[in-house]
Amino acid sequence: MEPNSPDTIAIVDYGAGNLTSVKNAFAALGVETVVTRDPAVVTAAARVVFPGVGAALSAMESLRSLGLEDAVKSAAASGRPFLGICLGMQILFEHSEEDGGVDTLGILPGRVRRFPKVPGVKVPQIGWNSVAPGNEFYYFVHSYYAEKTADTALVAEYAGVEFSAMVRRGKLWACQFHPEKSGRVGLKLLSDWLSI
Amino acid sequence: MLTKRVIPCLDVRAGRVTKGVKFKNNVDLGDPVEMAVAYSDGGADELVFYDITASAEHRPIDIGMVEAVAKSVRIPFAVGGGIASLADMERVILAGAEKVSVNSLAVANPQIISDGARAFGAQCIVLGMDPVKSDRVPSGYEITTRGFREFTGMDAVEWAKRAAGLGAGEIVVNSVNADGTREGFELTLTRLIAEAVDVPGVASGGAGKPAHLVEVFREAKADAAIVAGMIHFGDYTIAQIKAEMSAAGIPTRMGW
Repeated sequence: MEPNSPDTIAIVDYGAGNLTSVKNAFAALGVETVVTRDPAVVTAAARVVFPGVGAALSAMESLRSLGLEDAVKSAAASGRPFLGICLGMQILFEHSEEDGGVDTLGILPGRVRRFPKVPGVKVPQIGWNSVAPGNEFYYFVHSYYAEKTADTALVAEYAGVEFSAMVRRGKLWACQFHPEKSGRVGLKLLSDWLSI
Repeated sequence: MLTKRVIPCLDVRAGRVTKGVKFKNNVDLGDPVEMAVAYSDGGADELVFYDITASAEHRPIDIGMVEAVAKSVRIPFAVGGGIASLADMERVILAGAEKVSVNSLAVANPQIISDGARAFGAQCIVLGMDPVKSDRVPSGYEITTRGFREFTGMDAVEWAKRAAGLGAGEIVVNSVNADGTREGFELTLTRLIAEAVDVPGVASGGAGKPAHLVEVFREAKADAAIVAGMIHFGDYTIAQIKAEMSAAGIPTRMGW
């Protein structure tokens, strides 16, 4: 697939974590993807995957320094299929408590908060948690969570908090868990997203 | 509900998975990628690979194997052995591993933990430790290095706290005394570490039957447990282990 062909699936590379797993998961579905930090490729892509691990502030800074902020915002608002993963979900909201408070992309209404301290509960949450509805298990790694909003499609519970495991607004999907590392169930979610 | 993880450990020697008792009597078990796929399909929640001869042979970890595993399985995996620098960590992570595990290297150079956490996130950095029962340190467990060959005088609990403070995202507690015995995890040690740190504690060494996992999750507050011989030699399947955990009321990922 050429980077600028109309059916490109672009994985946005803004220095926030490792994209190999995401690319490998799509490859396992027989789908080729393009890892890119070129705003023009993101803008022209048929589908955009917006992954990320790490911290909200440095993610926002690198999106800006790479000139990707507007391209990501317009792709997410375009009505074309868009998939945020983990930090790539969290920074779609308006604000995160991380790093002393960071205004994020504001594409979706809602806020991201830190899990409260609960005796005996480890933060970050690392591992397989179930989501509702459906009771499927997905792999999570995170210390911050998105509050439930009208866009919440799947809910999970940790540290006494019910949070957004996944949001959906039209063809904009975003999940806190890692579908690329969630076995057969995760691949099914990616495959569903590819069919919208 | 967050579930307790069952993690098969694959010791890789010259490109093959092997298993021995206390680093002796190694038996060839198979191809790492084939075994990774089989365990992933069989319900493993995560995998860990140790390139057990890399350090001793002063060679880097087998990146080709890491890439092949990453292409073949869709569950998280960690890689250890032969990690000598931040650059080695980066190679392993870019090859598709979720986590890198450091052990002796971190004892010699604790800063590798904070450097790794800063570069890749704490969730990528696993501290492995090999404590042995010892009356030379306050907790009664002393850290050994280089495959149990060297005693460090370091207290296991203090080291766990320090490593978590430096940014280790997870701590694998591999009991030297229990390793290879298949007589059960060392519960006192596991619980001491799990209670001392805010990051997940992974029990390792001694798993011989499903009841041992039930015990370590219920009594020692482990967040995950490593299994090796009991599944490698066909005594049990992961499905059997998980069925017993689930029946005992341990939160378990079923229906993979």
